[in-house]
Amino acid sequence: MPANRFNGFTDYDIGLGLRSPHYNHILSRKPVCDWFEIISENFMIDGGRPLHVLDQILDQYRVVQHGVSMYFGSADRIDRDHLRRLKELVKRTKTPWLSDHLCWGSVDGRYTHDLLPMPYTFEAAKKTAQKICDVRDYLEVPIAVENVSSYAEFHLSEMTEWEFLNEVVERADCGILLDVNNIYVSSQNHSFNPFDYVNSVPAERVAQIHIAGHSKYEKYILDTHDHPVIDPVWKLYDRAIQRAGHTATLLEWDDSIPTFREVHNEALKANRFLAKSVLARAV
Amino acid sequence: MSLLSLQRTMAKAVMQPLTPSENMSKRAPNGGPMAKYAAGFIKPNDRLTSFERLEIYNRQYWWRLMASLAEDFPGLQAILGNREFESLCKAYLTDRPSRSFTLRNLGRDLQSWLKKNPQWAGSKQPIALDMVRLEWADIEAFDGAAELPLRPAEVAKSGGGNLKLKLQPYVRLLKFQYPVDSLVLEIKRFNDDTEFLSNTFRERRKRKHVTAVARLKPKTIFLAVHRNDDSVYFRRLDAAEYGLLLAIQKGKTLGQAVNQVFGKRAMSSTADPAQITEWFRNWSTLGWFCALRSKSEKKSKER
Repeated sequence: MPANRFNGFTDYDIGLGLRSPHYNHILSRKPVCDWFEIISENFMIDGGRPLHVLDQILDQYRVVQHGVSMYFGSADRIDRDHLRRLKELVKRTKTPWLSDHLCWGSVDGRYTHDLLPMPYTFEAAKKTAQKICDVRDYLEVPIAVENVSSYAEFHLSEMTEWEFLNEVVERADCGILLDVNNIYVSSQNHSFNPFDYVNSVPAERVAQIHIAGHSKYEKYILDTHDHPVIDPVWKLYDRAIQRAGHTATLLEWDDSIPTFREVHNEALKANRFLAKSVLARAV
Repeated sequence: MSLLSLQRTMAKAVMQPLTPSENMSKRAPNGGPMAKYAAGFIKPNDRLTSFERLEIYNRQYWWRLMASLAEDFPGLQAILGNREFESLCKAYLTDRPSRSFTLRNLGRDLQSWLKKNPQWAGSKQPIALDMVRLEWADIEAFDGAAELPLRPAEVAKSGGGNLKLKLQPYVRLLKFQYPVDSLVLEIKRFNDDTEFLSNTFRERRKRKHVTAVARLKPKTIFLAVHRNDDSVYFRRLDAAEYGLLLAIQKGKTLGQAVNQVFGKRAMSSTADPAQITEWFRNWSTLGWFCALRSKSEKKSKER
């Protein structure tokens, strides 16, 4: 199921997050990389080097936009200036789909710049789904929502996280950016079986998968994107691929960033599982 | 509890300043105990209390935003010192929480806030204000809009006193009481040079550097913060050069700008025509001028 309506019927393979320490390497060496994921907010500006680099990348590579501040789950109204700038960028990149997080992060116009967890309630699911629909209608591009890592749960919740995710995506009829590292992190922080999560996700809605590393502390795990992917996360990825098929996969590495080659080699480890899934489907 | 009410309750706690030892305050935003406040909406688990779970988000908020300000204002940090800079940032963020979707805009109110709250910079307020203005101009020049520049020949061809020029939106013109540009350049050079040094050695050199900063003497300077080949540059300007550019930026015709700077005796004893011509040649070569758009052109672009 490589192509579906939630990823613009594309068949993307393994991609990397476009990060500034790698700009020079990418522009001068032009390494083979199937696609790059950009953080939309880094390019929602009026001019200068970031946009200049982006235009050069767009000349040679396929680019998908990933946002960090749309806050589909915030009770606040959508920021119109944000949407206008995002649409300008969508026109520039021609992203086949656009992702952001299933979380909140602003209230009464004040921004925390964090991905805060949702209360898993029907009220929240309904409001979040409506916002996703509004954004999709304005941007005219398929939307995929990403599950976040969390460190707190609310008394208010009426369902599990994966039930909430399913409720939102069914109501909004949108795609899922399945982050298997985030599932692992949350499963450790909240003591649930991560495979229950992966097995419950509607596989036909998975537009993209994220893999990443994290940091383990004495009493909890933090989603830091500064380490290689650990085996339990690869196992979850394997299961996700078994269910969803060959899916666009991206490695996130945002802190203590190694060389481009090291990051790319880490991402390409996903090929072990992608190849297996292709074989399994051929038999 | 509604979604909005839960989000307000959590945001108030998350945005409340940490204690000096970087823990969550034991006092909640409502004045009561934070442990009770957190337990009111967050579940504990077998390893962490509600307070401890909320504290993770409280710390992340402050660490992320403080790191962002430190990245954007290294000059201000060098002037004030680490501890004072942190105190200033905490007070600023408490008074003016972010109202933009992007961290890029986090420091946009710092200048106006510092003017109203001089106690956070103490005796260093004048130089601190200069530095904040310069570092914010640096950010704006880095990613500000650029329009198609007028080529030097086009500027020369359309000469005459009634000529109206427009400066590129990314060019910032500033007057300072202190030569803060040299400080910023020194800090940038220091950061490049010490990228591969150990922390101890880096800290030792940083202390020396901060001492040098404290010795900076007042000296009025005029500066253009601009962009060339995607890099930001600081260009020192002559007072008259600054005056001319400022007048042009404010929409004066070339004749009005020259009159304003040199008086009615323009192009006479005080104004050196050769010097003015040379300035215009330089500014045009740097691509600082762009074509003025008519009202109808503007409207059609906006559509």
